Amino acid sequence: MTLKSEPVIVNVGPQHPSTHGVMRLRVAFDGELVTDAEMIIGYLHRGSEKLAEERTFTQVVTLTDRMDYVASMTNNQAYILAVEKLAGIEPTPRGVWLRMISAELQRIASHLIAIGFLMQDLGAMGTPLMYTMREREDILDLFELLCGARITNSYHRPSGVFQDAPADFWPRLEAFLAEMPGRIDEYEQLISGNEIILSRMRGVGIISPDEMINASITGPMLRAGGVDWDLRHRQPYEYYDRVEFDRPIMDESDNYSRYLVRVYEMRESLKIVRQCIDQIEPGPARDPDVPFVIRPPKGDAYVPIEGPKGELGFYLVSDGGISPYRCKVRPPSLINLTLLREMLIGLPMAAMIVTFGTVDINMGEVDR
Amino acid sequence: MSWAMSGSELADAIREIDSEAVTGHSDDAVWITPASWPDVAESLRDSESLSFEMLSLVTTVDYIDHFEVVYHLLSLSKNRTGVVKMRCGEGRIDPAVPTAINVWRGADLQEREAYDLMGVHFDGHPNMKRLMLWEGFEGHPLRKDYLR
Repeated sequence: MTLKSEPVIVNVGPQHPSTHGVMRLRVAFDGELVTDAEMIIGYLHRGSEKLAEERTFTQVVTLTDRMDYVASMTNNQAYILAVEKLAGIEPTPRGVWLRMISAELQRIASHLIAIGFLMQDLGAMGTPLMYTMREREDILDLFELLCGARITNSYHRPSGVFQDAPADFWPRLEAFLAEMPGRIDEYEQLISGNEIILSRMRGVGIISPDEMINASITGPMLRAGGVDWDLRHRQPYEYYDRVEFDRPIMDESDNYSRYLVRVYEMRESLKIVRQCIDQIEPGPARDPDVPFVIRPPKGDAYVPIEGPKGELGFYLVSDGGISPYRCKVRPPSLINLTLLREMLIGLPMAAMIVTFGTVDINMGEVDR
Repeated sequence: MSWAMSGSELADAIREIDSEAVTGHSDDAVWITPASWPDVAESLRDSESLSFEMLSLVTTVDYIDHFEVVYHLLSLSKNRTGVVKMRCGEGRIDPAVPTAINVWRGADLQEREAYDLMGVHFDGHPNMKRLMLWEGFEGHPLRKDYLR
């Protein structure tokens, strides 16, 4: 005999540690199982796109830092590439290499956050998160050497980067590259084979690749579903056509494969940074002839890049003035949530939190 | 960039689907009539030569005398991108275009955001309500008539 119980509506968030910021989920439960879920967002909406219309093209870089605030460098990069395309600015080679180094380091930092907090969601209180935060700290120290800021970097500029890397940056970067593979091995030993992790993540939160493509889901989520789609490889921007890297693809499309893809991608990012160091050449880090206030000709531009969370891009419209007429972000965090309801229905509460964690969203980017 | 489909190429492809849909094109984009959008969108996704499986981005722009909706399309199998633009009628009263959600599920949140912040209505969207701002908020903040 089965007992039919009254559905219970539970508000998860907005102030809940597992919602990764100020996200609110209104979930209907039948007993332990989710029967319906609705997300309510906007608690962190600051109107970044409107604010951008009031600032010069260069000043908007500071706003992009505050969108996905655990991946500022890639936000800078996506925005600057759109500005350069719009204004027809050619970046200096050294500037491009420095942008790639900082973006790949940022990808590692973002994945570290994703993995650390995912473990926190799984109930592994403390240890894994502290490990990943320790390594992220090294990356933030490197960023501090580059530009003086740790989180809100504003490092990238039209035609290159704000300043060349100081001399003591390079030995610190080498030390990081030497140390990091061992640290990733450590996570794998600690996490990847852990029986509790496996039993809670394997085969949970499965979503078919066709559905993901139709719902515009990109990034590690899509690659964990067996789709070989990485913009760095398929539509290379900057100098990604001059570096070699593998694209980790998993077929299971469950929570565990979404976690593993991120671990493998960190190793590939280290490879890319290595090749950037080998190929970087002396020269100016940006073109001194590009003025601070640029006036791109009338028109529009959209350049997508492979951000840590998926396809990230800025659609800019210029009316010939000093600030963007329209600045629209393609936020992977928001769009990857499209199928959240379908993913959560039928899961128990504990699995719901984990599934939500493997999507890896950042509320600064969801709400902007 | 070789993967960006030129406006004229995309315009020719759309003319084959619906001979009256195209109203103009530029180097990298094509303008179509909103009325033709549901059929054109479905054909763009299903046609074997184009196969735009993914809707990358939905944008709305306020050009003061009219609103424009921009769809960035992406074909994973062909590695091509295409840009389709639509002019939502004349003037600023009740701009509307048909929704693309029946073709691409990815339009869901993006069209809701566009409605919330720009006030462009996507006809046929099953859940056309505000996304970021609260119900009861007056106006649409990304419009140009918001004073500085």
